[in-house]
Amino acid sequence: MGSFCYFPQTEEDIRVMLDRIGVSSLDDLYSDVPADFIYKGEYDLPSALSEQQVRDYFEGLASKNSRLKVFVGQGAYDHYTPSVISYITSRSEFLTAYTPYQCEISQGTLRYIFEWQSMICALTGLDVANASMYDGPTAAAEAVRMCVASTKKRNSVVVSAALLPNVIDTIRTYAKYSGINIIVAEDVAAAAREVADLAGILVPSVNRYGLVEDLSGLADLAHGAGALLAEYCDPSALAVLKTPAEWGADIAVGDGQSLGIPLCYGGPYVGFMACTTDCMRKLPGRIVGQTTDASGKRSFVLTLQAREQHIRREKATSNICSNESLMALWCTVYLSLMGPEGLRKVNELSHEGACYLHDALLATGKFTDPFEGKYFLKEFVLEPKCDVAKLQKVLLDAGYFAALQTAEGYVTFCVTEKHSKDELDEIVNIVKSL
Amino acid sequence: MKYYDKLIFELSKPGKTGYSLPAALAGGAAEALPAGLARGTALNLPEVSEIDVVRHYTNLSQMNFGVDTGFYPLGSCTMKYNPKINEEVAAMPGFTGLHPLQPAETVKGAQTVYDEMDKALAAITGMKHFTFLPCAGAHGELTGLMLMREYHMSRGDLARTKVIVPDSAHGTNPASAAVCGLEIVVVKSRENGLVDVESLKPLLGPDIAGIMMTNPNTLGLFERDIKEIAALVHECGGLLYYDGANMNPLLGVVRPGDMGFDIMHLNLHKTFSTPHGGGGPGSGPVGVAERIVPFLQIPRVSGFHGNFGIILRAYAYILMLGRENVKMAGKLATLGANYIKESLKDCYKLPIPTVCKHEFVFDGLINDGAREGVAGATTLDVAKRLLDYGFHAPTIYFPLLFHQAIMIEPTETESLDTLDSFIDVMRKIAEEAAADPQMLHSAPHNTPIGRPDETTAARQPILKYTA
Repeated sequence: MGSFCYFPQTEEDIRVMLDRIGVSSLDDLYSDVPADFIYKGEYDLPSALSEQQVRDYFEGLASKNSRLKVFVGQGAYDHYTPSVISYITSRSEFLTAYTPYQCEISQGTLRYIFEWQSMICALTGLDVANASMYDGPTAAAEAVRMCVASTKKRNSVVVSAALLPNVIDTIRTYAKYSGINIIVAEDVAAAAREVADLAGILVPSVNRYGLVEDLSGLADLAHGAGALLAEYCDPSALAVLKTPAEWGADIAVGDGQSLGIPLCYGGPYVGFMACTTDCMRKLPGRIVGQTTDASGKRSFVLTLQAREQHIRREKATSNICSNESLMALWCTVYLSLMGPEGLRKVNELSHEGACYLHDALLATGKFTDPFEGKYFLKEFVLEPKCDVAKLQKVLLDAGYFAALQTAEGYVTFCVTEKHSKDELDEIVNIVKSL
Repeated sequence: MKYYDKLIFELSKPGKTGYSLPAALAGGAAEALPAGLARGTALNLPEVSEIDVVRHYTNLSQMNFGVDTGFYPLGSCTMKYNPKINEEVAAMPGFTGLHPLQPAETVKGAQTVYDEMDKALAAITGMKHFTFLPCAGAHGELTGLMLMREYHMSRGDLARTKVIVPDSAHGTNPASAAVCGLEIVVVKSRENGLVDVESLKPLLGPDIAGIMMTNPNTLGLFERDIKEIAALVHECGGLLYYDGANMNPLLGVVRPGDMGFDIMHLNLHKTFSTPHGGGGPGSGPVGVAERIVPFLQIPRVSGFHGNFGIILRAYAYILMLGRENVKMAGKLATLGANYIKESLKDCYKLPIPTVCKHEFVFDGLINDGAREGVAGATTLDVAKRLLDYGFHAPTIYFPLLFHQAIMIEPTETESLDTLDSFIDVMRKIAEEAAADPQMLHSAPHNTPIGRPDETTAARQPILKYTA
């Protein structure tokens, strides 16, 4: 055996250990495994590389991807990431820690989760938040399950057709196997009135066309029918938009990615989930609470664990175990840096850029606005009157990822505070030259 | 570790700024948000400067234990060393800047990572192909069970609504089965800790979708009857699911596909060295045998392509290991576990004395110091006392088969010196217990906080900051 940098045992160490155990070889440790299960072939893997070769290899792969200027959102938003964040999250006391079951040596993790919960409550206006979910779409699927679990003998959830397609698909997947009836509807209120066993309604605060939705009356409708209202939100936008609590929602979910998490080809991101105190005991996942130790020191612990899989097994509120803790730290540091003013400015700058691009693109005469007069924040769609494939190609050739086509044939654009006026003007000029 | 008692909210001072944003666009014409859609309540986020943020989180980090600060003998959690090249690879701008919906011709490098990972994991496990959408182990279990159901449904075999789970299984197994709409049937273990084939037989029938197995199981024992179990389950029309949480001792030695498993997940944050992150992000790719491949793309279980950043790290680890070193990983992990077991069995009760794989279970102290009027030291006491000596605690009170379970897993990345230090401390704690169990009841004594009041935390929950 040659030496390998991740294996710290010397030949002599191995001998000492085998002697203590009383066997003569490493293979003897597998005497309980039927011989025909021991793999005798050569593993079909590349030969071991040196660290430098690994670095070079991945640099080569990275260079095969195009570095584009991103003007598409659809669930992944190119907001600016302050330098402080990765500096903090790469501290190995955070990065290489286990789940904080041993609270006496995990107060760092437990405190930032408590801060994250507090910030999610501040953004949504709701009472309680959990330690995190995998991503926005899975959080939405769990919200649907929570609606059914929180209401008796009710099994139908009306879901807005204006949610992002990957959110609807994930909800459908989870519901299919657990037998929940999902009704995807353009007119949510009308559909909800038709359903006899309504458990919940799930609507977006900003829909997949980028439009801010008016959710008036939905909470009363849901509650009047004995059901819950759940809202899918962009947490960044909640700095300026009417909150789920203000709309009367019982549950809020969404993806924390817009809080400064890099695009990273779709993950890791982080889902969030908040609810009213009434729904608290049906919340999935981990929750951190504040308490004291014997000497009176403020301490933080995982709490309300009687909801969770390691205690309740098949009766748990969810199967979730590992979640996205480090990404929750990512967002917590982001929100600490931005504060209420910074987050408001992010929205203002993004909105201003989006309005500028929207108006300039319309002025080229190559698009019409299918939602004229409706309020959008940072993302909008246009109806193209030009060849979309050609439009996308010329933009791509100039280094822009923009004008992604939706199922209806619209093209979507998204502008954030990262984008300059020069870039917006260049996009418009490219479109004009078509 | 030093106790530090601030929350970021308590550092807030109106007027402080931690952000740096560009100026507004020249000549931009923004539209005002209609009042009916605007936030009406103040947003209670902290107002702090950049240095406040950096110091606060640095101070918090110093109340944390991690793999880089010490040894985790944490059973079923495989807390191995997290190589630093992995982090460098995952942070390359050519990967972090990719939007998940970019056209295929602009993400060729990322696609190669998925393709090559698929091949590498297939080679290591003997499965045919993998899906990378699941973001954690339990998420993988759920996805795998969905595939199990798709397979049966495609054959019109709709009566298969039950799944068999051994009593030693991880809690996520029955929980995932429940989320997938399956009824759970528990099969008992024998005294030797292995699944009882005779108890299994009467459970098998046309209503069984499959069985979820962890092999080696949570006692660290190889289920040596797996060949017979596989034959029986397949004969009744069911499928075998492999819980990859305990894959590490088989890494480079045994392939689940060869044992007859049809569907499995891997925890990249365990077996493939990616950092645990204080509870994620992980990645739980699901691999399947040939006959399940047609169903692999059906369930949309997460938003985009799974946790790409974690998959990158795991692939960097596989390339470092290569075909030469992979053969040693599982064996060295198994060596370490057996070495600790043999070195401590005169101080701690060893209910099942046979050779173990990557982990094993003690059932509390042999001499817990109990005497007239003084309760003996418990497993919890031992665990908490370990913290005083600079070690993480083992997994405790799991599996549920033993009342004082202490489940120890060292991994192959711990040296003999580290294992010896741990053994010395465990022996010392056993002596302390025999002499003065009271002192252990109140441990830990040298950590930033002592044992917290968990009862009050649950009865009167304080779950967010209020000024």
